[in-house]
Amino acid sequence: MRVRVLAFARLRELFGFGERGIECAPGTTLEEVWAQLAAALPEARALRPSTRFARNGTLAAASAVLQDGDEVAFLPPVGGG
Amino acid sequence: MILLTRDPLDLAALIDAVRDDTFGAIATFLGVTRATSNGDPRPVVALDYEVYEAMARTQLAEIAADTGRRFGPLRIAIAHRIGTVELGEPSVAIAVGTPHRPQAFAACAYAIDELKARVEIWKHERYADGAAEWRPNTRTAP
Repeated sequence: MRVRVLAFARLRELFGFGERGIECAPGTTLEEVWAQLAAALPEARALRPSTRFARNGTLAAASAVLQDGDEVAFLPPVGGG
Repeated sequence: MILLTRDPLDLAALIDAVRDDTFGAIATFLGVTRATSNGDPRPVVALDYEVYEAMARTQLAEIAADTGRRFGPLRIAIAHRIGTVELGEPSVAIAVGTPHRPQAFAACAYAIDELKARVEIWKHERYADGAAEWRPNTRTAP
């Protein structure tokens, strides 16, 4: 199946994309998508404790199982205002 | 009224959006970009804001609804600037209209605190020495 991944701010810089489609196996969780993308990026892995995940525009648990066509987002601590 | 825009913010338009014949108070808040960052001696020369637009719109609408439940009846308008914001310019503007002033002040304060705590917007600070950093918000004491 295929999901769309969004990365913002520092995570966008580290991953090298703001938006990208990736192939993953049925049953893949948000945490597994993160692990796959961050595997070769120690600085991104170090930011995991402060990173929140969203699925289809809503905050979601790392254990959430993805469906084909989902939009996944990796969200650093916010800084608006 | 919820607005995410790359253009300069227009407070007068927000005020117009919250007027009502039964409202005797309109409180406004402007968050303005500063040359000094908390705890950092380096002068800031420019700021850039990034947004997860779909999610931020939903969150801002939720904050507007929450604010209405807590302090209403009221009308509220929230606008946040995206992209580069020059120093001294507003990055966020809020207007709240209510029948009487205590609710207007309280609702305005509540809305900006919630926005800073939980809306998916990120601030990139560029410093005079050429460095740059993504700067998260810290919870300020009430």
